[in-house]
Amino acid sequence: MKIALLGNPNTGKSSVFNMLTGMRQHVGNFPGVTVDKKVGKLVSDTGTHELIDFPGTYSVYPRSKDEEVVYKSLCDEKSVDYPGAAIVVVDASNLERNLLLFTQIYDLQLPVIMVLNMTDVARKQNKIHDVQALEKLFPEATILETNARIRTGKQRILDAIANLKERKGHKFQPEIEIASVDDIPSQEKETEARFRRISEISHVEKVKEKPSETRSNKLDRILVHPIFGYLIFAVILVIIFQFIYAFAQIPMDLIDGAFASFSGWTNSVLPEGIMTDLVTQGIIPGIGGVVIFIPQIALLFFFIAILEETGYLSRVVFIMDRLMRPLGLNGKSVVPLLSSVACAIPGVMSARTISDWKERMITIMVAPLMSCSARIPVYTLLIALVIPNEKIFGFMNIQGLVLFGLYALGTISALLIAVLLKWFIKTRETGFLMLEMPAYKAPHWRNVGIVLWEKVRLFVWDAGKIIVAISIVLWAMATFGPGDRMEKAAVLAHEQAITQQLSEEDESRLVASAELENSYIGIMGKAIEPVIEPLGYDWKIGISLITSFAAREVFVGSMATIYAVQDDGTRNAPLIEKMREEKRSDGTAVYSLAAGASLMVFYVFAMQCMATLAVVKRETKSWKWPLIQIGYMGVLAYLGAWITFILLS
Amino acid sequence: MMSELLLSNIRDGQSVIVRSIEESKLKVKLMEMGLIEGKRLKVLFRAPFGDPIAFDVEGYVLSLRKDEASLITVEYQSSETP
Repeated sequence: MKIALLGNPNTGKSSVFNMLTGMRQHVGNFPGVTVDKKVGKLVSDTGTHELIDFPGTYSVYPRSKDEEVVYKSLCDEKSVDYPGAAIVVVDASNLERNLLLFTQIYDLQLPVIMVLNMTDVARKQNKIHDVQALEKLFPEATILETNARIRTGKQRILDAIANLKERKGHKFQPEIEIASVDDIPSQEKETEARFRRISEISHVEKVKEKPSETRSNKLDRILVHPIFGYLIFAVILVIIFQFIYAFAQIPMDLIDGAFASFSGWTNSVLPEGIMTDLVTQGIIPGIGGVVIFIPQIALLFFFIAILEETGYLSRVVFIMDRLMRPLGLNGKSVVPLLSSVACAIPGVMSARTISDWKERMITIMVAPLMSCSARIPVYTLLIALVIPNEKIFGFMNIQGLVLFGLYALGTISALLIAVLLKWFIKTRETGFLMLEMPAYKAPHWRNVGIVLWEKVRLFVWDAGKIIVAISIVLWAMATFGPGDRMEKAAVLAHEQAITQQLSEEDESRLVASAELENSYIGIMGKAIEPVIEPLGYDWKIGISLITSFAAREVFVGSMATIYAVQDDGTRNAPLIEKMREEKRSDGTAVYSLAAGASLMVFYVFAMQCMATLAVVKRETKSWKWPLIQIGYMGVLAYLGAWITFILLS
Repeated sequence: MMSELLLSNIRDGQSVIVRSIEESKLKVKLMEMGLIEGKRLKVLFRAPFGDPIAFDVEGYVLSLRKDEASLITVEYQSSETP
């Protein structure tokens, strides 16, 4: 049997879901919307059931596209997710508002269980519930109390599922039917009538005495303070990013080394041939390119999950909303933009929490302008190459300053583009916030862990598939060339190596470089040279621009192959020397300050990431948005790089 | 008769009672948050720049943008005068 799990936001619904299903969950899709459908297995005395976690809503009536699944699944018996029963999680400390959704579902005649959750909070507020009175009001529902945060009440819910009460047509509010999904005047009437009926049953709750000012309220005076509020948020951000960069580097280096040696080992044990090359040069580095980002993404979402669990994140939304609104964004855009500093993929996905369509689209469109971690290797290589390692004003390192400048450039352009998009994207609906601010509480580590696991799994599956697929395509384009062009080039390089008396190692690098130059990718790189020449680039850079479409950091490895050097992965020293020596036909350096800076600006703006594009397509359900995105970012990158090159040369 | 008192104009710390919500697409959504006629609200605090505003709605904290709050007409409780 399918069982629907429903409830208002912030009622501990996900704690109930995790408690009932443990790790036996999988993520699917509701038809037509982008919200994930979490489904878990639930075993009770009467058999195994499928528990479907619906998005948290205040009513069956949707307030956004994604919330329509609740209405469509519950009100249409023919829908694929029409449940055999419903569990409604009710916040016991806020009974009146929560009863709206519960009574609507009760009146839809589904067999229903009311789970009175957060009873501890209610007790602290001196609210006491008369369960027997509730049972009298809802004779065909099972009513029980739990505290899912400390995992009590699981057995009671399982027992209730095994002994579901049959529906015989009793209604809590018999006068008015549930309105249709787009009839807003009837929805108002229905909601009003329902609340009127709910207010008549206030005897189910007894409030002994109103507590005085709560602890949450006192904390809020500091955390939303006009000065301290922003200051504290800024400090928290600095600490988070310090942690991420300090602690993610160690596992990232380990992963990098492990994949390199695994690839080498595979190469030595498998028979020589094209299939081995596919595995060692296409598939393994492709998977490595996904896994390497896991430490940063996991750390970032660890912190975001803690901020969310404690209730602080809603205060961030509260103090940022007024600042973000003139930009066409929402207070809730802060998390997607922050996440994009690690990786735009989870950033774009976390824009789902923004219920206003226009504000959500703008957030998605500008998120990839935030400099993600895949750009760091490109930035560090280019900065080391063209920016002198000197200090200005006696203490500021110019290289560090430039790196900061690149991040600032990305962030500022994201905000400016948001303003522009605000004028272009038309919508009939007015934006709204209407945010519930939960009371502060200690984070629940099990929930943090589950959130973390879901985010990482989503990244590995969604982005991973695409990155690996593109890596394989790019590998093929770099391995094959038209006719015998590559073979001839290899023979030539081989002869050159003999005359120059190169070591065996240097010879194989020279051959690899010559082969790459004559592969399909090499030919493409040369073909685009006239287009990128005004930016100060040659065909070698052109090749690396194309190969870095799978992931931006591939730029470095691809440069190393072209210049036939061993890229040692950390300092890039031999690569930098080779690049520094590179001269144009007129004798000037290829990597002048102008060309280097132009390339950095290009990487700030360009949408060099197919995986993000694919995720944007999935999230917006159309090709229109990713195409606009790659278009505007490409124009920005080209113009920005061109202007930089002209100004500096 | 007092002129129409909008929720967005109430000072921090004061309590009011909801009278009506202006007809708009947001009305049903505001109602779903528990903002129905007769509901007692207390203005808690505002974000910097005075917007959004946080209210206590009988035990939970709701924040509304100023525009959203200005859709709601309120009145002071008989025992409390401004």
